[in-house]
Amino acid sequence: MFDTRELRHKVAIVGAAETNEVGVLPNHSQLQLHAEAAFNALDDAGLTLDDIDGYAGVQGAAVTEYLGIMPRWIDATGVGGCSFLIHVSHAVAAIAAGYCSTVLITHGESGRSRVGVGAPSGGRGEPGGQFDAPFGVAGPPSRFSVPIAAHMAKYGTTEEHLAAVSVATRQWASRNPRAMMREPITVEDVINSRLIAWPLHLLNCCLVTDGGGALILTSEDRARDFPKPPIYVLGRGESAQHQNISQMRDLTGWSAAAEITGPEAFRMAGVGHDAIDHLMLYDAFSHTPIYALEALGFVGPGEGGPWFAEMNSAPGGTLPVNTNGGGLSYTHTGMYGMFAIQEAVRQLRGEAAAQVDGVRTSLVHAPGGMFSATATLILSNE
Amino acid sequence: MAAIAKPLPQPTPETQEYWDGLRRGELRIQRCNTCGRGYFYPRPFCPRAGCHSRDVGWITASGKGTLATYIITHRGHPAFEAPYVIALVELEEGGRMMTNIVGLEDLEPANLPVGAPVEIVFQPSEEDITLPMFRLV
Ligand SMILES: [Zn+2]
Repeated sequence: MFDTRELRHKVAIVGAAETNEVGVLPNHSQLQLHAEAAFNALDDAGLTLDDIDGYAGVQGAAVTEYLGIMPRWIDATGVGGCSFLIHVSHAVAAIAAGYCSTVLITHGESGRSRVGVGAPSGGRGEPGGQFDAPFGVAGPPSRFSVPIAAHMAKYGTTEEHLAAVSVATRQWASRNPRAMMREPITVEDVINSRLIAWPLHLLNCCLVTDGGGALILTSEDRARDFPKPPIYVLGRGESAQHQNISQMRDLTGWSAAAEITGPEAFRMAGVGHDAIDHLMLYDAFSHTPIYALEALGFVGPGEGGPWFAEMNSAPGGTLPVNTNGGGLSYTHTGMYGMFAIQEAVRQLRGEAAAQVDGVRTSLVHAPGGMFSATATLILSNE
Repeated sequence: MAAIAKPLPQPTPETQEYWDGLRRGELRIQRCNTCGRGYFYPRPFCPRAGCHSRDVGWITASGKGTLATYIITHRGHPAFEAPYVIALVELEEGGRMMTNIVGLEDLEPANLPVGAPVEIVFQPSEEDITLPMFRLV
């Protein structure tokens, strides 16, 4: 058995692209979004579908059929918004093991227009159907929000802290022409926006959009033969801890991130926190990045809210976070993780809309479901 | 337009005792005979990391617990009259469950301190289902 550290820097992202547009796309079926992103990423890498021998995506076989491919390695891990980070993680191992040489990962989601989308699942006899649904939870705003009051009570996190996350993220969005919401906002604007589920107001909640993205990965020895500079995978971590928010292990902290995905990603990458100069922390709601920042050890427990309130994450701050405008203001199709990876790649290539100077190493971190699954990636251009 | 139905549970073999108990006005939960702690939801083994014993049984819980966290939902399920409180309660015997906090006049965070003691209210519903709701003590 080998040590995961042997996989550090062995696989690179050599193609990355989103759909032509993100936002409201009623003229695209969900599978069309997968395909458009796939072709854009192939163009970015100078490849064709015939060069692809590995495929990953939450819709698995449906996409292989639609694209007309028959790969020798597949991964249909579907655990929500962090699935794409896990696909990258698994692709690193598959390429290193020789299961395949060139992996395509796609995301397509008609999250807003719901074109060509299956019915939502979740039966009345499943644990969530028996023990959570009867109390009127209705979608992510009334599930993901449930732990926040415990964090507020334990650490003194406030609605102003939560609002600051939205304000800083909007500052990045205002620099990105593709972002859906670009008007600058203030802490008061967030707190005065209508209550969705106290303590969350409308401007604490992510967007609901259509869009897609795709990645192409290959081995280090081939990675410099492509048009764009390779972005190396240095570290990865993945886990899952519950399905239903009522069963979250610790309501005041993100256990899987703190105990598993963060430590594993840093250990494999062989870098410390000070090496990270850019963060993509999936922001389904304003509290998600606060929990992530604390769990990953960038600040201590309970220090996340004040850190964001000091505008450390904003343009000109000490550590740029969610520089595309995030799920809060850029786009959020439902499973946003693909877009977080895309922005990390753009920043590392030096081609982001709101480019930060000198980004060398970026950490991408995401939940799947309601803090249910978790994944972390550390990417570098060196 | 027909009224939207409230989402009701469908008991399964390992949870039937729990739902039968609620209908009788008893909070039946499971307790691990190895680590000695109650847990929720029912399943034929202890879900606690480091234990996972299969030596478990049923107890009638006191129905007392503490408010672990909550939201005041303003835009929730269409069959519910907003605003309403969705909460998690830590049971005295162990285990955490989702519920609604009932009996509050003024749904303000100041009236709902995290850590407050709560007790069960058996709330009959349709289809022979009784739901466990809680009120502040
Ligand atoms: Zn036990």
